[in-house]
Amino acid sequence: MIFYHFFSNPWAVFALKLAAVFIFFLTAPLVLGYVEHKGLAHMQSRLGPMEAGRFHGWAQLIADGVKFIQKEDIVPDAADRRIFMLAPMIVIIPVSLVFLVIPFGPAAVSCHAPAGTGGCGFWGENFDVGIFFVLAISAISVIGMLMAGWASANKFSLIGAIRGAAQLIAYELPLVLAASAVAMQAGTLSLVGIGDAQKAYWFVFPQIAGFIIFVIASLAELSRPPFDMPIADSEIIFGHMTEYTGIRFGLFLLSEYAGIVSLSAIAVVLYLGAWHGFIVPWIPGPIWTLAKIGALSFLVIWLRATYPRLREDQLQKMAWKYLIPIALVNILLTMIFKVVF
Amino acid sequence: MAMTKEQRAAKLRELEQKIASKKGIGALYGLAKGMSVTMRTMLKPAITTQYPHVKPDLPERTRGVIALKEENCTVCMLCSRECPDWCIYIDSHKDVMPPKTPGARGRTRNVLDRFAIDYALCMYCGICVDVCPFDALFWSPHFEYSTDDLSTLTHEMDTLAKWMDYVPPPPALEDGAEDPVEVSKEAVSYGAPAVAAPVATATAPAATATAAPPRTEPAPSQEGAAADSATPAGGTTEAAETQAPPAREEGHDEEPPQIDQEAYDAAIAQGKPDREARALAKRAWILKRRKAQS
Repeated sequence: MIFYHFFSNPWAVFALKLAAVFIFFLTAPLVLGYVEHKGLAHMQSRLGPMEAGRFHGWAQLIADGVKFIQKEDIVPDAADRRIFMLAPMIVIIPVSLVFLVIPFGPAAVSCHAPAGTGGCGFWGENFDVGIFFVLAISAISVIGMLMAGWASANKFSLIGAIRGAAQLIAYELPLVLAASAVAMQAGTLSLVGIGDAQKAYWFVFPQIAGFIIFVIASLAELSRPPFDMPIADSEIIFGHMTEYTGIRFGLFLLSEYAGIVSLSAIAVVLYLGAWHGFIVPWIPGPIWTLAKIGALSFLVIWLRATYPRLREDQLQKMAWKYLIPIALVNILLTMIFKVVF
Repeated sequence: MAMTKEQRAAKLRELEQKIASKKGIGALYGLAKGMSVTMRTMLKPAITTQYPHVKPDLPERTRGVIALKEENCTVCMLCSRECPDWCIYIDSHKDVMPPKTPGARGRTRNVLDRFAIDYALCMYCGICVDVCPFDALFWSPHFEYSTDDLSTLTHEMDTLAKWMDYVPPPPALEDGAEDPVEVSKEAVSYGAPAVAAPVATATAPAATATAAPPRTEPAPSQEGAAADSATPAGGTTEAAETQAPPAREEGHDEEPPQIDQEAYDAAIAQGKPDREARALAKRAWILKRRKAQS
């Protein structure tokens, strides 16, 4: 009874869901960061962190976090103080909001959740326009990037921020075009709906071109190697993050890893069958989702270890001359198939 | 399936070349190959050694730190003057020894008071080791002497001498090699009916040294002593004492090895240079003699 009463209170349900999303938002990037430390190291025949926490350096990222908090928070003299201090938050909030709508499991068969709590299921919120929300909100980060670059009063920061903006404009298009083809095939914009629609087969099979475009564009959106021109450390120090120290720099890093997790999650929901498993379907849906997110995130790390950075003009050429036309053709084909069959 | 392993590998390589040279597929193949390289590297064990926990497996003559063999140092200051960083500190004083005959002038000699190397300045070029004429400086394989204080990186004589313990002994001479200067010098005096006066021997080793330079570095302490006695001031009883021939191993004072003509001709026929042929011939001669003795 108490249980029932608790879950009939929309605020209690909402608080619980928020807490769960927040914990996932804080822990998943740490796990991924650790995997990147170790995976990257072993791909270069190194060991990576081995000391922190005694066992294979498992506490390295926690130690890093403590270090970031302890460090002095320096604001350059010439910087636009308020904008400079605000920028990391503008970057990290949209990334954290994406986690709110990622569905980890199917909707419950019978649902007693009160209205306005997002329904019953392993997600924070089930928007009817979920995919639209994700793509719109994740693009806000670039404003924070531009703010950071401009307010730092540093030419490397500015170049990095401008590069980031140019990259986002170029790669937002293929990303949205690829995602809209999926939405067309599923017949819904809701992420839960798209997940449900893949019960028979994963969308990666009909949408293989879209999937490849989506992954490439995601990498570029996240400024991950081989598309890390905005932070290219050998050219422009660290781009828009050059002047940042301490916890503010830590927030930028956290948003990068959270971004990898969130975009991997979106790709899993759109293309890799969300919570639908294969061979061993009795494994619960959320574990399938997490495993797929992990695999895709590992791919991001693997690509970083393998490929060198592209040149800025090569990056633009790739988006405008190849990815966008292919994505458009993909939409066209999806439309034709949808109408004909 | 008559193909050998090499043939199969060659065929695979050929196929790979074919794929890689195609225009569109070739690029994709290159990308995939890169991914496979990183994945295979990840699955192999890492080559990192966990240093403080696992000691590194270093070569015997690793150039870790410079050690001092104190008794060989004559305070000639060559190392200090050649050091590009001026990181060697040497202090000495002149000691006057009592004269040998009453009324004569007292003998003077330099006594080493301080020998220190500032490893905060040292760049490990090894010029001091090369330049030392008396083999007082050595490369030691010891390397764990880091501190958290820059000023403690200046190491004094006692520490430098301790590091000498890590220096491996000089490698043994190969069979048939010419004897080191000291040994051949002793052979001269040893063969004489009475123990020859040190003054007389002092000139003999010089001649031997120019005639037949040793193949490897002679034992340092003996070399120092030899140099001592070779100086004009030497030739006293003290020098003679340090030069007293050490107990010789058995079979060492036999007649020097001769050239075995058969082995020499065989080596020359194989196209070996004359020097090597002579060494091989001497070796053959020694082996033959051993066989005959046993």
